[in-house]
Amino acid sequence: MILALVFYLFAAITVASGVMVISARNPVHSVLFLILAFFNAAGLFLLNGAEFLAMVLVVVYVGAVAVLFLFVVMLLDINYLKLREGFLQYLPTGGLIGLILLVELALVFGSWKFAGEAPLSVAAPIPDVAAVTNTEALGRLIYTDYIYLFQSAGLILLVAMMGAIMLTLRKRPGVRKQKIYDQNSRTKESSVEIRKVPSGGGI
Amino acid sequence: MFTIGLAHYLTVAAILFTLGVAGIFLNRKNVIVIMMSIELMLLAVNLNFVAFSHALGDLVGQVFTMFILTVAAAEAAIGLAIVVVFFRNRGTIAVEDINQMKG
Repeated sequence: MILALVFYLFAAITVASGVMVISARNPVHSVLFLILAFFNAAGLFLLNGAEFLAMVLVVVYVGAVAVLFLFVVMLLDINYLKLREGFLQYLPTGGLIGLILLVELALVFGSWKFAGEAPLSVAAPIPDVAAVTNTEALGRLIYTDYIYLFQSAGLILLVAMMGAIMLTLRKRPGVRKQKIYDQNSRTKESSVEIRKVPSGGGI
Repeated sequence: MFTIGLAHYLTVAAILFTLGVAGIFLNRKNVIVIMMSIELMLLAVNLNFVAFSHALGDLVGQVFTMFILTVAAAEAAIGLAIVVVFFRNRGTIAVEDINQMKG
Protein backbone atom coordinates (compact mmCIF):
# COMPACT_ATOMS: atom_id res chain seq x y z
CA MET A 1 0.00 0.00 0.00
CA ILE A 2 2.70 2.48 1.05
CA LEU A 3 4.90 1.12 -1.75
CA ALA A 4 2.14 1.70 -4.29
CA LEU A 5 1.58 5.25 -3.09
CA VAL A 6 5.32 5.99 -3.26
CA PHE A 7 5.44 4.53 -6.76
CA TYR A 8 2.53 6.63 -7.96
CA LEU A 9 4.07 9.74 -6.40
CA PHE A 10 7.43 9.23 -8.10
CA ALA A 11 5.86 8.20 -11.41
CA ALA A 12 3.44 11.15 -11.47
CA ILE A 13 6.17 13.69 -10.71
CA THR A 14 8.49 12.11 -13.29
CA VAL A 15 5.89 12.24 -16.03
CA ALA A 16 4.73 15.75 -15.08
CA SER A 17 8.27 17.09 -15.13
CA GLY A 18 8.86 15.30 -18.45
CA VAL A 19 5.90 17.25 -19.85
CA MET A 20 7.35 20.47 -18.46
CA VAL A 21 10.78 19.74 -19.98
CA ILE A 22 9.40 19.73 -23.50
CA SER A 23 6.85 22.52 -23.00
CA ALA A 24 8.59 25.06 -20.76
CA ARG A 25 8.98 28.49 -22.32
CA ASN A 26 12.41 29.09 -20.79
CA PRO A 27 15.17 26.49 -21.37
CA VAL A 28 16.52 27.12 -17.87
CA HIS A 29 13.19 25.90 -16.52
CA SER A 30 13.46 22.91 -18.88
CA VAL A 31 16.80 21.96 -17.37
CA LEU A 32 15.48 22.35 -13.83
CA PHE A 33 12.48 20.14 -14.62
CA LEU A 34 14.88 17.64 -16.19
CA ILE A 35 16.72 17.54 -12.87
CA LEU A 36 13.41 16.93 -11.07
CA ALA A 37 12.61 14.11 -13.49
CA PHE A 38 16.01 12.53 -12.83
CA PHE A 39 15.54 12.72 -9.07
CA ASN A 40 12.17 10.99 -9.26
CA ALA A 41 13.46 8.40 -11.71
CA ALA A 42 16.16 7.69 -9.14
CA GLY A 43 13.33 7.08 -6.68
CA LEU A 44 11.78 4.61 -9.12
CA PHE A 45 15.18 2.89 -9.44
CA LEU A 46 15.30 2.60 -5.64
CA LEU A 47 11.87 0.95 -5.61
CA ASN A 48 13.33 -1.64 -8.00
CA GLY A 49 16.26 -2.34 -5.71
CA ALA A 50 18.87 -0.66 -7.92
CA GLU A 51 20.41 1.44 -5.17
CA PHE A 52 23.78 2.01 -6.84
CA LEU A 53 22.21 3.11 -10.11
CA ALA A 54 19.91 5.49 -8.26
CA MET A 55 22.93 7.13 -6.66
CA VAL A 56 24.77 7.20 -10.00
CA LEU A 57 21.75 8.82 -11.59
CA VAL A 58 21.70 11.56 -8.98
CA VAL A 59 25.47 12.11 -8.91
CA VAL A 60 26.28 11.78 -12.60
CA TYR A 61 23.11 13.05 -14.20
CA VAL A 62 22.02 15.76 -11.80
CA GLY A 63 25.54 16.64 -10.73
CA ALA A 64 27.29 16.59 -14.09
CA VAL A 65 25.09 16.32 -17.16
CA ALA A 66 22.21 18.55 -16.07
CA VAL A 67 24.57 21.16 -14.68
CA LEU A 68 26.46 21.06 -18.00
CA PHE A 69 23.16 21.75 -19.77
CA LEU A 70 22.50 24.60 -17.36
CA PHE A 71 25.96 26.06 -18.05
CA VAL A 72 25.48 25.94 -21.81
CA VAL A 73 21.95 27.38 -21.68
CA MET A 74 23.13 30.30 -19.57
CA LEU A 75 26.43 30.71 -21.45
CA LEU A 76 24.94 31.21 -24.89
CA ASP A 77 23.40 34.61 -25.46
CA ILE A 78 20.37 33.55 -27.48
CA ASN A 79 16.84 34.84 -27.79
CA TYR A 80 15.11 31.63 -26.82
CA LEU A 81 11.66 33.05 -27.46
CA LYS A 82 12.53 33.32 -31.15
CA LEU A 83 13.51 29.64 -31.16
CA ARG A 84 10.08 28.80 -29.80
CA GLU A 85 8.27 30.21 -32.83
CA GLY A 86 6.38 27.45 -34.55
CA PHE A 87 5.77 25.49 -31.34
CA LEU A 88 2.01 25.58 -31.95
CA GLN A 89 2.57 24.87 -35.63
CA TYR A 90 4.44 21.66 -34.78
CA LEU A 91 2.04 20.71 -31.96
CA PRO A 92 -0.40 18.69 -34.12
CA THR A 93 2.39 16.71 -35.82
CA GLY A 94 4.32 16.08 -32.62
CA GLY A 95 1.19 15.24 -30.66
CA LEU A 96 -0.02 12.88 -33.38
CA ILE A 97 3.31 11.05 -33.60
CA GLY A 98 3.52 10.81 -29.81
CA LEU A 99 -0.04 9.50 -29.68
CA ILE A 100 0.65 6.89 -32.38
CA LEU A 101 3.79 5.75 -30.58
CA LEU A 102 1.92 5.54 -27.26
CA VAL A 103 -0.91 3.54 -28.80
CA GLU A 104 1.57 1.15 -30.39
CA LEU A 105 3.37 0.68 -27.09
CA ALA A 106 0.03 0.12 -25.36
CA LEU A 107 -0.85 -2.54 -27.93
CA VAL A 108 2.44 -4.26 -27.23
CA PHE A 109 1.85 -4.10 -23.47
CA GLY A 110 -1.62 -5.52 -23.88
CA SER A 111 -0.52 -8.89 -25.17
CA TRP A 112 3.11 -9.60 -24.26
CA LYS A 113 4.32 -12.22 -21.81
CA PHE A 114 7.65 -13.68 -20.82
CA ALA A 115 8.94 -16.51 -22.98
CA GLY A 116 8.97 -19.82 -21.15
CA GLU A 117 12.75 -20.01 -20.98
CA ALA A 118 13.30 -16.35 -20.03
CA PRO A 119 13.37 -16.90 -16.23
CA LEU A 120 15.68 -19.87 -16.76
CA SER A 121 18.30 -18.00 -18.80
CA VAL A 122 19.29 -15.57 -16.06
CA ALA A 123 22.96 -14.69 -16.55
CA ALA A 124 23.73 -13.31 -13.09
CA PRO A 125 21.07 -13.85 -10.42
CA ILE A 126 20.58 -11.00 -7.97
CA PRO A 127 21.93 -12.28 -4.63
CA ASP A 128 19.94 -12.00 -1.42
CA VAL A 129 19.96 -8.37 -0.30
CA ALA A 130 20.44 -9.36 3.32
CA ALA A 131 23.73 -11.11 2.48
CA VAL A 132 25.18 -8.96 -0.30
CA THR A 133 24.24 -5.34 -0.95
CA ASN A 134 23.33 -4.17 -4.42
CA THR A 135 26.51 -2.12 -4.80
CA GLU A 136 28.72 -5.02 -3.77
CA ALA A 137 26.96 -7.46 -6.08
CA LEU A 138 27.22 -5.02 -9.00
CA GLY A 139 30.90 -4.40 -8.25
CA ARG A 140 31.63 -8.11 -8.14
CA LEU A 141 29.97 -8.50 -11.52
CA ILE A 142 31.50 -5.55 -13.41
CA TYR A 143 35.03 -6.19 -12.13
CA THR A 144 34.97 -9.84 -13.16
CA ASP A 145 32.69 -10.79 -16.03
CA TYR A 146 32.31 -7.34 -17.53
CA ILE A 147 35.77 -5.93 -16.87
CA TYR A 148 36.61 -5.32 -20.56
CA LEU A 149 33.30 -3.62 -21.23
CA PHE A 150 33.71 -1.57 -18.07
CA GLN A 151 37.19 -0.43 -19.09
CA SER A 152 35.94 0.44 -22.58
CA ALA A 153 33.21 2.54 -20.99
CA GLY A 154 35.95 4.41 -19.15
CA LEU A 155 37.83 4.88 -22.42
CA ILE A 156 34.68 6.25 -24.07
CA LEU A 157 34.40 8.81 -21.28
CA LEU A 158 38.08 9.72 -21.69
CA VAL A 159 37.71 10.20 -25.44
CA ALA A 160 34.55 12.23 -24.92
CA MET A 161 36.35 14.46 -22.43
CA MET A 162 39.29 15.02 -24.77
CA GLY A 163 36.93 15.68 -27.67
CA ALA A 164 34.92 18.24 -25.73
CA ILE A 165 38.11 20.02 -24.62
CA MET A 166 39.58 19.99 -28.12
CA LEU A 167 36.37 21.35 -29.62
CA THR A 168 35.94 24.23 -27.22
CA LEU A 169 39.57 25.20 -26.61
CA ARG A 170 40.66 28.21 -28.60
CA LYS A 171 43.92 30.08 -28.77
CA ARG A 172 43.42 33.79 -28.33
CA PRO A 173 46.33 36.00 -29.37
CA GLY A 174 47.20 39.00 -27.27
CA VAL A 175 46.26 37.43 -23.94
CA ARG A 176 49.01 37.37 -21.32
CA LYS A 177 49.13 33.92 -19.77
CA GLN A 178 51.38 32.27 -17.25
CA LYS A 179 53.78 29.83 -18.93
CA ILE A 180 54.83 27.71 -16.00
CA TYR A 181 57.24 25.50 -17.93
CA ASP A 182 59.11 28.46 -19.40
CA GLN A 183 59.25 30.14 -15.99
CA ASN A 184 60.55 27.07 -14.21
CA SER A 185 63.14 26.27 -16.88
CA ARG A 186 64.85 29.64 -16.64
CA THR A 187 68.40 29.49 -15.35
CA LYS A 188 70.70 32.07 -13.89
CA GLU A 189 72.78 32.03 -17.07
CA SER A 190 69.86 32.73 -19.35
CA SER A 191 68.42 35.60 -17.37
CA VAL A 192 71.20 37.43 -15.45
CA GLU A 193 74.19 39.05 -17.07
CA ILE A 194 77.04 40.97 -15.51
CA ARG A 195 78.67 43.63 -17.61
CA LYS A 196 81.51 45.97 -17.01
CA VAL A 197 80.19 49.44 -17.71
CA PRO A 198 82.77 52.09 -18.46
CA SER A 199 82.02 55.26 -16.57
CA GLY A 200 80.31 57.79 -18.76
CA GLY A 201 79.92 55.29 -21.66
CA GLY A 202 76.65 53.47 -21.07
CA ILE A 203 75.84 50.08 -22.49
CA MET B 1 -4.04 -1.31 -8.61
CA PHE B 2 -2.10 -1.44 -5.34
CA THR B 3 0.35 -4.18 -6.23
CA ILE B 4 3.05 -2.59 -8.31
CA GLY B 5 4.39 -4.92 -10.97
CA LEU B 6 6.51 -4.79 -14.07
CA ALA B 7 3.66 -3.39 -16.16
CA HIS B 8 3.49 -0.21 -14.07
CA TYR B 9 7.15 0.60 -14.64
CA LEU B 10 6.88 -0.21 -18.34
CA THR B 11 3.93 2.17 -18.61
CA VAL B 12 5.85 5.00 -16.97
CA ALA B 13 8.83 4.32 -19.23
CA ALA B 14 6.60 4.25 -22.31
CA ILE B 15 5.06 7.61 -21.39
CA LEU B 16 8.50 9.11 -20.78
CA PHE B 17 9.82 7.79 -24.09
CA THR B 18 6.80 9.20 -25.92
CA LEU B 19 7.34 12.56 -24.25
CA GLY B 20 10.93 12.51 -25.48
CA VAL B 21 9.88 11.76 -29.06
CA ALA B 22 7.17 14.43 -28.96
CA GLY B 23 9.67 16.91 -27.49
CA ILE B 24 11.96 16.49 -30.49
CA PHE B 25 9.08 17.36 -32.82
CA LEU B 26 7.72 20.24 -30.74
CA ASN B 27 11.06 22.01 -30.22
CA ARG B 28 12.39 21.58 -33.72
CA LYS B 29 14.36 24.82 -33.60
CA ASN B 30 16.19 24.52 -30.30
CA VAL B 31 19.07 22.05 -30.28
CA ILE B 32 19.46 22.17 -26.51
CA VAL B 33 15.85 21.16 -25.81
CA ILE B 34 16.17 18.40 -28.44
CA MET B 35 19.18 17.05 -26.53
CA MET B 36 17.19 17.20 -23.30
CA SER B 37 14.44 15.19 -25.01
CA ILE B 38 17.04 12.59 -25.99
CA GLU B 39 18.10 12.42 -22.34
CA LEU B 40 14.47 11.79 -21.39
CA MET B 41 14.27 8.91 -23.89
CA LEU B 42 17.47 7.39 -22.54
CA LEU B 43 16.06 7.69 -19.03
CA ALA B 44 12.97 5.78 -20.13
CA VAL B 45 15.13 3.03 -21.61
CA ASN B 46 17.13 2.82 -18.38
CA LEU B 47 13.89 2.52 -16.43
CA ASN B 48 12.86 -0.39 -18.64
CA PHE B 49 16.20 -2.12 -18.09
CA VAL B 50 16.03 -1.74 -14.32
CA ALA B 51 12.40 -2.89 -14.18
CA PHE B 52 13.17 -6.02 -16.20
CA SER B 53 16.28 -6.64 -14.11
CA HIS B 54 14.13 -6.59 -11.00
CA ALA B 55 11.36 -8.70 -12.52
CA LEU B 56 13.68 -11.41 -13.83
CA GLY B 57 16.14 -11.31 -10.92
CA ASP B 58 19.03 -10.71 -13.29
CA LEU B 59 21.75 -8.24 -12.35
CA VAL B 60 23.03 -7.85 -15.91
CA GLY B 61 20.25 -5.39 -16.70
CA GLN B 62 21.71 -3.00 -14.15
CA VAL B 63 25.19 -3.44 -15.63
CA PHE B 64 23.83 -2.54 -19.04
CA THR B 65 22.05 0.49 -17.57
CA MET B 66 25.39 1.71 -16.32
CA PHE B 67 26.88 1.49 -19.82
CA ILE B 68 23.93 3.44 -21.18
CA LEU B 69 24.53 6.12 -18.55
CA THR B 70 28.19 6.31 -19.64
CA VAL B 71 27.37 6.68 -23.31
CA ALA B 72 24.63 9.22 -22.57
CA ALA B 73 27.02 11.34 -20.52
CA ALA B 74 29.63 11.23 -23.30
CA GLU B 75 26.99 12.11 -25.88
CA ALA B 76 25.77 15.09 -23.86
CA ALA B 77 29.31 16.40 -23.35
CA ILE B 78 30.27 16.15 -27.04
CA GLY B 79 26.92 17.48 -28.24
CA LEU B 80 27.03 20.52 -25.99
CA ALA B 81 30.65 21.18 -27.03
CA ILE B 82 29.57 21.13 -30.68
CA VAL B 83 26.69 23.50 -29.89
CA VAL B 84 29.07 25.91 -28.16
CA VAL B 85 31.52 25.84 -31.09
CA PHE B 86 28.71 26.34 -33.58
CA PHE B 87 27.37 29.28 -31.60
CA ARG B 88 30.84 30.87 -31.57
CA ASN B 89 31.14 30.58 -35.33
CA ARG B 90 27.60 31.46 -36.42
CA GLY B 91 26.00 33.23 -33.48
CA THR B 92 22.91 31.02 -33.53
CA ILE B 93 21.84 27.52 -32.57
CA ALA B 94 18.62 27.34 -34.59
CA VAL B 95 18.42 23.96 -36.28
CA GLU B 96 17.42 25.32 -39.69
CA ASP B 97 20.60 27.45 -39.78
CA ILE B 98 22.77 24.34 -39.46
CA ASN B 99 22.94 23.66 -43.18
CA GLN B 100 26.50 24.38 -44.23
CA MET B 101 27.20 20.77 -45.14
CA LYS B 102 24.00 20.38 -47.12
CA GLY B 103 24.78 19.37 -50.70
